[in-house]
Amino acid sequence: MATANIEVSETPLVLYALRRADDALILGHRLSEWCGHAPMLEEDMALSNIALDLIGQARELYTYASKVEGKDNDEDKLAYLRDVRQYRNLLLVEQPNGDFAQTLVRQFFYSAFADLYWRAMMSSRDATLAAIAAKSEKESAYHLRHASEWLIRLGDGTDESHARAQAAIDHLWSFTGEMFAVDDGERALIHAGIAVDPGPLRGRWLQTLSDVAREATLMLPQNDWMQQGGRAGRHSEHLGHLLSELQSMQRTFPGLTW
Amino acid sequence: MYTQALNTAETDDRGLEDAAKAAQFQARIDAEERIEPNDWMPAAYRKTLTRQISQHAHSEIVGMLPEGNWITRAPTLRRKAALLAKVQDECGHGLYLYAAAETLGSSREELVDAMLAGKAKYSSIFNYPTLTWADIGTIGWLVDGAAIMNQIPLCRCSYGPYARAMIRVCKEESFHQRQGYEIMLTLCRGSDEQKAMAQDSLNRWWWPVLMMFGPPDATSQHSDTSTKWKIKRFSNDELRQKFVDATVPQAQYLGLTIPDPGMTQDAEGHWRYSEIDWTEFKQVLAGNGPCNRDRMAARRKAHEDGAWVREAAAAYAAKRAHRQTAQAAE
Repeated sequence: MATANIEVSETPLVLYALRRADDALILGHRLSEWCGHAPMLEEDMALSNIALDLIGQARELYTYASKVEGKDNDEDKLAYLRDVRQYRNLLLVEQPNGDFAQTLVRQFFYSAFADLYWRAMMSSRDATLAAIAAKSEKESAYHLRHASEWLIRLGDGTDESHARAQAAIDHLWSFTGEMFAVDDGERALIHAGIAVDPGPLRGRWLQTLSDVAREATLMLPQNDWMQQGGRAGRHSEHLGHLLSELQSMQRTFPGLTW
Repeated sequence: MYTQALNTAETDDRGLEDAAKAAQFQARIDAEERIEPNDWMPAAYRKTLTRQISQHAHSEIVGMLPEGNWITRAPTLRRKAALLAKVQDECGHGLYLYAAAETLGSSREELVDAMLAGKAKYSSIFNYPTLTWADIGTIGWLVDGAAIMNQIPLCRCSYGPYARAMIRVCKEESFHQRQGYEIMLTLCRGSDEQKAMAQDSLNRWWWPVLMMFGPPDATSQHSDTSTKWKIKRFSNDELRQKFVDATVPQAQYLGLTIPDPGMTQDAEGHWRYSEIDWTEFKQVLAGNGPCNRDRMAARRKAHEDGAWVREAAAAYAAKRAHRQTAQAAE
């Protein structure tokens, strides 16, 4: 039956593209939830804009994953017909929007990483990944600037905004470790010059965070216990609800053209 | 605030508008000249335009809600991106229009507060719910289609900032309209279920869309002065008829039936529609539409939930300005 989940042949390269695509789609989806409800119209525009960039990145990465897999799983099948256990995104990006501070801290943590990651991927031996990275890097540089500026405003704004920003940092911190983890399949792609090794990026990522946090008068947590599991499809409970909404049309009306 | 530099309502309210200025103003309008923010204008002209432009801005912003309702459920990634971009455009129109209204001397904050307090109106069409994906198609095709019919003549409105805003808005709206029609076309070429979804959507939206053009000419309050001032160039009924004439063939092409069994084509080719139920229009206008309360609640919630963010931004800007002044003094 067409409503059933698709099967994906997760070769290391397919999985690699899927993981990045899922990050972009899930975060884009979360940001799109703000549209019409943001604290000011300028932020309705900005958050939608970032969401659009991310959904665009996801589409390119899904299309590439589909091409590498060489089956009939196009971008929509990959997005709409995989269940929670088949999704490969970071736990960070599926976390609910919470208040504006939580959304911006989530974005800040991710964009500070993505900016470095895409820049590194521009020298991938895989021409498609390098091209996707070149476009995504420009976008993530803007996303990072937007999130950094807001974090500084919130941290150094009022007592309330400071407290909310600090609470968001403390809450989301344990989801950041996963960004730097690598499994064996990915390690092989790194050795082949195709994938990016995130390990060496952590120092610069932390530097960006420290610089912004200092200006924002906020503290980075010392706690280094990190949650893991998203890359292997072990998610938080939040993702299932997001997917049931995202996928509702394709699951209700299987196999139609929209 | 840069509007302080402009000719403000305060001076106009003294009721000393001399006849010579008024005559000169009308002569400029008659000569199809554009009135600009610093030009002298009658207080009533300012008031009418402030009301119209701000209502228009509120409509763009409230209009984000029914369509936003489907962003997270759009059936494909392409549709999701297109819908999100469209709703973002509407927000841009709102911002653009608030800026145009501000040139008349009211701040965005004042105008938004009036809307949230229920003192200012927005288009009644957004008080209807989007129940299926087909409603996203119908809104693009018909609601944006009707908006374009209303707004194309506004590109020649006598007030410069509004006319210029409308030129850009109309370009984007016509793109949205084609996008909406394309959604309908895809549904109508799809499965029986999809066709039924499209027809059901048209059935629910048709009459409310006709009401978007406002009350019949015989009962419209604002038309006379608005026409004299070249804010309005066609009557409600004229625009409604144009819209119906343009839309009927489009529905026929889709294979959909306009839910008006009494509709006939006259000798001149105009499609004559049946009597509109103005009781429904009045009810929705009075706050009793299916979604009035939800829409206002959503806008108020966004405004209230966002208060601490706006306060933080203002506090930070003040701190920074203070630091810069202190540094400069050193």
